[in-house]
Amino acid sequence: MNLKNKLLSSYIAFDDYLEADSPVHDLKNKAIKIFESEGFPTKKQEDWKYTSLNSLLKADYSLSPRRDHDLEFKDVKRYFLHDIDTYKIVFVDGVYSSFLSETTHEKMDVCLLSAAMSKPKYKPVIEAYFNKIAPEDSLTSLNTAFAKEGAYIYIPKHREVEKPIEVINFSTGNEAALMLQPRNLIVVGENAHVQIIERHQSLSDNPVFTNSVTEIFAEKRAFVDYYKIQNDRITASLIDNTYISQEGQSNCRVHTFSFGGNVTRNNLNFYQKGERIDSTLKGITILEGKQHVDHNTLVHHIEPNCESHQDYKGIFGDASTGVFNGKVIVNKEAQKTDAFQQNNNILIDDKATINAKPQLEIFADDVKCSHGCTIGQLNEDALFYLRTRGIAKKEARALLMYAFANNVLQSVKIPELKKRINKLIAEKIGVNMGFDL
Amino acid sequence: MLQIRNLHAGVEEKEILNGIDLHVKPGEVHAIMGPNGSGKSTLASVVAGKEEFEISEGDILLNGEDISELDPEERAHKGVFMSFQYPVEIPGVTVTNFIKTAINESRKAQGLEDMPASEMLKKIKEKAEMLDIDRKFLSRSLNEGFSGGEKKRNEIFQLAMMEPKLAILDETDSGLDIDALKIVANGVNKLRNDENAVIVITHYQRLLDYIVPDYVHVLMDGKIVKSGPKELAYELEEKGYDWIKEEVKA
Repeated sequence: MNLKNKLLSSYIAFDDYLEADSPVHDLKNKAIKIFESEGFPTKKQEDWKYTSLNSLLKADYSLSPRRDHDLEFKDVKRYFLHDIDTYKIVFVDGVYSSFLSETTHEKMDVCLLSAAMSKPKYKPVIEAYFNKIAPEDSLTSLNTAFAKEGAYIYIPKHREVEKPIEVINFSTGNEAALMLQPRNLIVVGENAHVQIIERHQSLSDNPVFTNSVTEIFAEKRAFVDYYKIQNDRITASLIDNTYISQEGQSNCRVHTFSFGGNVTRNNLNFYQKGERIDSTLKGITILEGKQHVDHNTLVHHIEPNCESHQDYKGIFGDASTGVFNGKVIVNKEAQKTDAFQQNNNILIDDKATINAKPQLEIFADDVKCSHGCTIGQLNEDALFYLRTRGIAKKEARALLMYAFANNVLQSVKIPELKKRINKLIAEKIGVNMGFDL
Repeated sequence: MLQIRNLHAGVEEKEILNGIDLHVKPGEVHAIMGPNGSGKSTLASVVAGKEEFEISEGDILLNGEDISELDPEERAHKGVFMSFQYPVEIPGVTVTNFIKTAINESRKAQGLEDMPASEMLKKIKEKAEMLDIDRKFLSRSLNEGFSGGEKKRNEIFQLAMMEPKLAILDETDSGLDIDALKIVANGVNKLRNDENAVIVITHYQRLLDYIVPDYVHVLMDGKIVKSGPKELAYELEEKGYDWIKEEVKA
């Protein structure tokens, strides 16, 4: 049975235990029908031209993993920001782990979606927000149909969350192959502030295929600082669908650090629904081997006087492939839009590939929209400069790669995270610089 | 110290250096002057080991050892230093961290342990003071957003920290005002001793008022066409290079 059929028949079994009066019952039924008619995207679709899921669909994924595992904190400590205090919402093989988590209901809700979906108390929020900006494409619909677990974060207005929230999905390898579909719902009230770190981490070399959907709602003047750490094993693949709806004067920033994994597709979408909104999308991608990362971004400027800033840096080694498809839409009404997009890439080896495609659709006449895209090699003069200072070629190359990516790190607001990312970059480049970068 | 014998070098088919002979002894300062495109910067780059240039003939001896096949970093470890006309910006790496890396990489190559942190700090402080470098400057990203003068001063700071045997200053005076020029020249002079040597590449005699050369060489079309005492620099400043061209023709 192919994966699509397996998912469809599994849905029927799963549907039984979803209560008919659940606010999402009809949504799910509708969603599975969309997936049934559309199936998995193929390279024939314009948006998927450079990313093939074929190789991922062959494994015989378990859709409902066993619940027994003996994961202890010490086994996974290194995947957390353990040197500072954080809230933690942790899932192991798709199941919430109360043992590894640190949630709260004090003046806000940092907990799990299944609880929010089943308790009447949360019904108004679920009804108002769940699946409200996620579009009806096949993969998002697939996730909606199966959505039962994920992070539920509700920050009431004026609340400044004092410590970052970590959302981590572990897979243990208990199953020969595992498909996960986490679903996160994040609502940040008026003038509230929150920092969130999301991570998907496989703990074995058994294949994992994750199709994740995150909906984020930033109310007026809300500040959302979101970090995605994609440093998974080479046997793990991820489709990350993130949809962000922003109200007036809100500020949302998403940093995506893509260093690991097999096939990674980031569908990152911003919808600006008020005035004086600021949206930031930044990323560092460092790949090797046959890794593939596809950044598919959308910033939809709907109202006037808003800004968006995109800055993606990519370093591609060996036979790795990268895609940057950055779409900016400026509606006719969205006058005085200031949209900036930059994408710089370095190809280190002859077999590495990058497909960069900026797409600007501008319907307003009084806007400032700029985009720049470069593809190049490491600067030979710069390399020579470093080597004349006694720094060996390998280290000199690493230093230049670090310098190239560094710009994006400047805006990371959590110092411990910045340090951690720095270390990951140094590891990924394979060189110890002899000082804390 | 440095002996260059019949050096021919260039890129692909184009020869830029056409048989250079130069002998620099310990304790000496040599100035290399010449019109644009005469090969001055190429000579500096070839001695420092830039791979873009191919040596077709001749050799470069450092203390008797042929270094012409060595990597740039290996030459640096043996005591060759080049101050760049256009230093490279390295965002995210501070001046201090960069110099630490450079020094410890060289020490590693010589089989030495890393320089102890306290010694490193003391040395950094001492050299920064000598070059009138502000402490804040040391924690800035290397060359990023530096003015032309700051970049050059930073080059000489690196020179002071690395204490090479042979320092090649490629157009270090360009982009410097007179005060900065004095500080930089003064720094170079303080570093001079009987065991090291300096090659100053410059367009103008101005720098040579402060770093006084023992010999002045005129480079034209990839060849040293005339050598003389420091007074030759004044003559070039006054009369330009045309008279030498005539002399060479004759």
